[in-house]
Amino acid sequence: MTKRRVEPFVWLTFSGGGVLAAVFLPVLVLLFGLAVPLGWVSRPDREHLLAVLGHPLTFLFLLGMFVALLVHSAHRFRYTLYDGLQLKMTRTIAVLCYGVAVVGSIAAVVVLFTVA
Amino acid sequence: MADSIRLEVTRYRPETDSEPQFQEYDVPLRKEWTILDGLNHVKDEVDTTLSFRWSCRMGICGSCGMNVDGEPKLTCATFLSDYAPGPVRVEPLGNFPVVRDLVVDLYDFMEKLPRVKPWIIRDDDVTVVDGEYLQTPEELDAYKQFSMCINCMLCYAACPVYALDPDFIGPAAIALAERYDLDSRDQGARERLDVLIEHDGVWGCTFVGECSAVCPKDVDPAGAIQRYKLKAAQESVKAVLLPRGAR
Amino acid sequence: MTEVRVYHRPVSVWWWTKKRSYFVFVMRELSSIFIAWFVVYLLVLIAAVGRSEAAYQDFLDWAGTPWVVVLNVVASLFLVLHVVTWFNLTPQAMVVRLRGERAPAAMVIASQYVGLAVVSAFVYWLVTR
Repeated sequence: MTKRRVEPFVWLTFSGGGVLAAVFLPVLVLLFGLAVPLGWVSRPDREHLLAVLGHPLTFLFLLGMFVALLVHSAHRFRYTLYDGLQLKMTRTIAVLCYGVAVVGSIAAVVVLFTVA
Repeated sequence: MADSIRLEVTRYRPETDSEPQFQEYDVPLRKEWTILDGLNHVKDEVDTTLSFRWSCRMGICGSCGMNVDGEPKLTCATFLSDYAPGPVRVEPLGNFPVVRDLVVDLYDFMEKLPRVKPWIIRDDDVTVVDGEYLQTPEELDAYKQFSMCINCMLCYAACPVYALDPDFIGPAAIALAERYDLDSRDQGARERLDVLIEHDGVWGCTFVGECSAVCPKDVDPAGAIQRYKLKAAQESVKAVLLPRGAR
Repeated sequence: MTEVRVYHRPVSVWWWTKKRSYFVFVMRELSSIFIAWFVVYLLVLIAAVGRSEAAYQDFLDWAGTPWVVVLNVVASLFLVLHVVTWFNLTPQAMVVRLRGERAPAAMVIASQYVGLAVVSAFVYWLVTR
């Protein structure tokens, strides 16, 4: 039987997060990060946004995406700290990075649930 | 073209030196000469004490790997004229301990290769008496690229992960495992996965890709490693989802 | 046998500045910080939308201030780096088979951009309709 290890699952989430970031973030960032705040596009109607955010599919999708993105970031940054700064406290770094991802994920659940 | 080119060559004599230094040699700049030709000129005509490994002179034995101007290269396949007017820095192959001058300690690499069980593993008991394996050209193509490795270790010299963590099993070892996993005659993928699913196996790789960039044989170890990660992930998911009997 | 004192060459903490490919690699890895920033940014936006009309407008006003715009522009550049490098590496990382043959790298890369375009169009429509 295949040995039980957690790394393959973390790597799968990292990969999924990378794909979601590449495919979904550009439009969201362009729209809500630049176009709307800078007035290039009129801001989406709040009632409409609440309707979209309130839909259970949106909730599930956004939650999954935010968690995957956070794990992707934590995983990548963890290895950047190992390679870039040659830090040796590998376990501390891993705990800190994934810990932040967990905290962020909880925040995502709270925010999305409140608004839904 | 000028007459000569200056080589700045690492010298390290463990019996007298505490650390390596550079020594300069001017060698003839001939159109068809390689760095290795320059080094052999030094050893034959200028300084017989210079130590370095080489053998076939034609890019197949994997012995002559060194860092030329910071890049891992086969010195038999690297032309002096490409570095004119020079000087050219010739250092021992990166990320390995230096034994003497341009000679590095191969022990770590030699210890890692057999760990991936680089031989045909079978579930059954076939022997030579049972006759030969039959393999189609398509089945050969499936693993041929990964079988081209000449064990020159340029990939280890280029890999920043190996530079920072010598426990990492490294590109050539993983490409070698993939070579056997993809061989239609082999049934040992599970055993190799058990070795490479560990922390010092595939997971240390951050897909820098430099290993494939420097490989003189286009083995593409980086590709092999990423495919292996996906394979490990798929097997792990199956182990969780499927009941024991179906595995 | 006499002891041989092998020499271990130290690795500089600036190793990644020595070669262009190493530098681009580290920049690519640092894009992860900006992806995390965008997650936070979008969550704060969503929370503001949830609170009230005023909170929503306040958030957009804040997002339009110079420093936030600069941050988002820089972060967007890193996001572009992530997209381009991720799409370019996919053909190397996985074998995609089309009718038995391995799909050419250019096709794998192009189809990801098509996916990006389709998703972007859908999300834009969903949000602004």
